[in-house]
Amino acid sequence: MSSQHELAIQARQLTKHFGTTKAVNGVDLNVRRGSVYGVLGPNGAGKTTLVRMLATLLPPNSGQAKVLGHDIVTEAHHVRSRISLTGQFASVDEDLSGRENLILLARLLGFKGRAAKARADELLAAFDLADAANRQIKNYSGGMRRRLDIAASLVVTPDLIFLDEPTTGLDPRSRNQVWDIVRALVAEGTTVLLTTQYLEEADQLAERIAVIDHGVVIAEGTSRELKASVGSGVMHVQLQEPEQREQARQILSDYLLTAVHPEPDPTALTVQYSDSSLATAALAELPKAGIVLAGFSMGQPSLDEVFLALTGRPPEPTRAAKDVEGAAQ
Amino acid sequence: MNQSNETTMNPPLNQESVSLEPSANLVRTIAVRERPANPGAWSNTVAFGWRALLKIKYVPEQMFDVLVTPIMFTVMFTYLFGGALAGSTADYLQFLLPGILAQTVVFTSLYTGVTLNTDISKGVYDRFKSMPIWAPSPLVGAMLGDVLRYTGASIIVVLIGLVLGYRPEQGLVGVLLALVLLNVFGFGLGWVFTVLGLILRTPGAVMTISWLVLMPMTFVSNIYVDPATMPDFLQTLVAFNPVTHLVSALRGLMSGGVTLGQLGLSLLTPVILTAVFGPLAMRLYRRKR
Repeated sequence: MSSQHELAIQARQLTKHFGTTKAVNGVDLNVRRGSVYGVLGPNGAGKTTLVRMLATLLPPNSGQAKVLGHDIVTEAHHVRSRISLTGQFASVDEDLSGRENLILLARLLGFKGRAAKARADELLAAFDLADAANRQIKNYSGGMRRRLDIAASLVVTPDLIFLDEPTTGLDPRSRNQVWDIVRALVAEGTTVLLTTQYLEEADQLAERIAVIDHGVVIAEGTSRELKASVGSGVMHVQLQEPEQREQARQILSDYLLTAVHPEPDPTALTVQYSDSSLATAALAELPKAGIVLAGFSMGQPSLDEVFLALTGRPPEPTRAAKDVEGAAQ
Repeated sequence: MNQSNETTMNPPLNQESVSLEPSANLVRTIAVRERPANPGAWSNTVAFGWRALLKIKYVPEQMFDVLVTPIMFTVMFTYLFGGALAGSTADYLQFLLPGILAQTVVFTSLYTGVTLNTDISKGVYDRFKSMPIWAPSPLVGAMLGDVLRYTGASIIVVLIGLVLGYRPEQGLVGVLLALVLLNVFGFGLGWVFTVLGLILRTPGAVMTISWLVLMPMTFVSNIYVDPATMPDFLQTLVAFNPVTHLVSALRGLMSGGVTLGQLGLSLLTPVILTAVFGPLAMRLYRRKR
């Protein structure tokens, strides 16, 4: 009983079909109150459908879910009064100004005249949008639009907020702003369920992560648990001489005791490691054996690599392989 | 003096407090857990009506049709048919004007469907559906905004009529009552176009289908000519056309001699349309997307 009260979301075999497509196919979910829960998956994995069901927009075909203790189908109105949704596509009115959007939502939630305006202005200031308050949202930048979208979900601070891909398409600075907002929300006791395509984002924010693909949860756990199955990082090694690759592969794999994969490029190798200091030490062994390095990079495993590790195949639909070389640290 | 001394002495601390401020503001704003009492259905509807008005503010062009079409029809038909149909344009205008009012409102009501069709595809409806509000309020509120269009268009027609020489025998009261009846009728008819707006894929399709319905509805009626001059089968059609009853009631209200039967028949249509198409629109709305 008491453990049930600590759950913000409890889903059992939640399923949604569109024609013959099984968008969500029997998902179980347990989200602890006051935590950030990450749903990680590629485009078309069923993340948005899952969120839309939990936010009472879409009735499930089968299975059931309780959000904050209320059934999403039979007690939808109770659920709605305690959640907020920031959809993947701007869930604000682009034709109106930021201020008008917030005033509208405040009025819908019961703030009267002056109080609605006051709450709107308070939110605009807090989200650094006061200067753009009277501009139509269609003229906002991506980051501003996102911030307003999240502000719109906080007119009344909800007990649970759904953020559907809150940082997709944002520049790093705007992404960090969104992350700060998420952290501030959790610090104030709001439960956050966010969907993302980025492992790094789930890693940065979420207490627990569900990896979903084809509407099915294929892995669930803390970021540490998931990484243990994937390796916490990926190292790309670039050599000067292709003939030395086999020797380099041998040295690295002996040192790190993991598989080292040759890449299509005859001078390149990829290693998944769990300890970065060990990986750099292994790298230092190469010059000692007379192997000339052209370059190397270390970073988080990409979503593709997580999927490769978990499912033995890249995520579908196939996207251009994403590299995290930029994040070499 | 003391102050400036402090700032020069501790520049890093000052910088820090500047960069921390928005974040503290954010936390304070989030920490407010005030939840006002849930407003009623009416309050929700009015808020959405306000949204519809804001849209007109940003896209004033959308009012152009509403304002220009009735002027065009009133002037055109008065001078085109007046001499032939009633012997004089002045006599014809007395007959035609209440009918043109009906036609104007009927035509205007199709914009309910066209506007909704573009609007509903936007992500903001996801938010509305996830909020603890009266579920039909986004639709009813939009229709409430449309009522303002009907009133605006009707007033323009009456003013043009007055300029051209129309004289309502029942005076201002008769005209005002006619406006109320027009709005009630337009609101009921609006549900039909709301349904079309929810079913059809594009605003263009809503427009096309709506015209196919509206052209016969307005022309096969008593708006332009006395039905007594028509062949029998057409007279039967006219007698069953709700627009005919609306026009009869409007003529009665503005020129005198309105009967309870006329009023009842003209009000029956919006009541039936709301009862049938209202729930249908809500079903479609819930399923949308």
